[in-house]
Amino acid sequence: MPVTKPAVPAVEGWFTTGDEPVLLGSRCDACGVVAFPPRRSGSGCPDPRCRGTELSEHRLARTGRVWSFTDAQYQPPPPYVSPSDPYRPFVLAAVELDADGLVVLGQMVEGCNAETVTVGQPVELVVEPLFETDETIQLVWRWRPAGA
Amino acid sequence: MRDDVVVLGVGMTAWGKWGRPFVDYGVAAAREALDDAGVDWADVDLVVGGETVRNGYAGYVAGSTVAAALGFNGAQVATVYGACASGAMAIGHGRAQILAGLADVALVVGADTTPKGFLAPNAGERPDDPDWLRFRLLGATNPAYFGLYARRRMHLYGATESDFAKVKVKNARHGVDNPRARYRKEVAEEEVLASPVVASPLHLLDICATSDGAAAVVLASADYAARRAGGGAGAGAVAGRPSVRIAAVSTVTPAFPDTGLGLPDIATDSTATVAPPPRSFRDSIAHTAYEQAGIGPDDVDVAEVYDLSTALELDWYENLGLCPAGEAEQLIRRGATALGGDGPTVNPSGGLACFGEAVPAQAVAQVCELVWQLRGEATGRQREGARVGISANQGLFGHGSSVIVVR
Repeated sequence: MPVTKPAVPAVEGWFTTGDEPVLLGSRCDACGVVAFPPRRSGSGCPDPRCRGTELSEHRLARTGRVWSFTDAQYQPPPPYVSPSDPYRPFVLAAVELDADGLVVLGQMVEGCNAETVTVGQPVELVVEPLFETDETIQLVWRWRPAGA
Repeated sequence: MRDDVVVLGVGMTAWGKWGRPFVDYGVAAAREALDDAGVDWADVDLVVGGETVRNGYAGYVAGSTVAAALGFNGAQVATVYGACASGAMAIGHGRAQILAGLADVALVVGADTTPKGFLAPNAGERPDDPDWLRFRLLGATNPAYFGLYARRRMHLYGATESDFAKVKVKNARHGVDNPRARYRKEVAEEEVLASPVVASPLHLLDICATSDGAAAVVLASADYAARRAGGGAGAGAVAGRPSVRIAAVSTVTPAFPDTGLGLPDIATDSTATVAPPPRSFRDSIAHTAYEQAGIGPDDVDVAEVYDLSTALELDWYENLGLCPAGEAEQLIRRGATALGGDGPTVNPSGGLACFGEAVPAQAVAQVCELVWQLRGEATGRQREGARVGISANQGLFGHGSSVIVVR
């Protein structure tokens, strides 16, 4: 009988899973500056003018527009793990979020290619399998064309 | 000026993919620089190495590894690492020690042996390392970032793949007569566009290779240089040759909030609550160098800039102030930055397009080329009458550098 592997984030504490997933940033309690990936609790605020050391979790906007994009025609070296054999190229997009004032990288979902993606295109965040190990399905965030 | 730091000698191996230990290259470049300077190794009282991170412990302590290979002479030693800026940081350290009166003659060396293919993070499971994470989570190679920057130029300024290819054509032509270049063959625009896409919109021939190689400079206080010129062994090596001095070394970090999406970042800083600084990170690297040297972009005759990709060279034109933002394509289209063009000559050596990148050596190699240009010794690729040269590069983790040399 097939056993369902547990699906776990490929990196801990950077995003939620389930419906309408979001990226999890950090927010400085003193001045409100947001950062992604979330800053470590020992780091404090990234603004050099702020002395804040207390950070809280911040849910980033899950929609944005493509700021720029490229693709990976050749398989990246480890620790990248190709989910397919043979390797299939993917599109990488830098997305300017609709709020929070930052640009976040992510792969575009499968089916996108450099001819179909455009700068300025609206996208939304999804969470999908990145690759599988013997024990788990590793999850990562991706960008999907809005309304697709 | 008495407080100047003079470049007494330069040395550089040919760039290639030989697979020999990095120290062999480092020693060859060091010996050539010492001979060029007419300085005995025994006279060197400071050795500064650029660290190489892919060659084991010997690479972590590159300064002492090269010193030991030359025969330990009791000099002070330091090894520095700043990704692609390592070589400039090494020069900066040597210069500062000399300016502080703590050293008279410094040997600065960068050398590397690189693996084939994409540069990748060191092996092992290292989920706390941002460089490891960008590969694991996103498959974001270095060329992927170059592709993102290139696409942004196309969107903002109407750049085309043909504009990018023209940079390769120019640099390939510059490198043909450079005996130290790895690739010495003219390349046609059509060949660039016909080469396979690596990271859209960039083709294989838009992106630099990784190489083995080493470069070295011998720096000295103005007093030491004057004493040498006064006579004694080796004085002939500098007689009749214009004196080249280091006018600036900039190794600034970005200022918050940095909107540049530098390697290996997965996101930019947020501008939601704090406005971006007046200058981008790359702009600030050059600006700081100009301020130190007391000159501006109009004074520049030659520039050696980090053409990791062809499109990035266009970014640098603007970052160095050679033209306003959005006008770099006009410079390359009319041949302004080529030898014989009507602007500052950019990458007369052939640049990374002809050399490939040897990380800790590259920023030193840029300075070597500028020194040859200012001395009028760049046979076959000489910018006539060059008096002011500037280098520029950017590397991982908020590193970048610019060095200005003048005669």
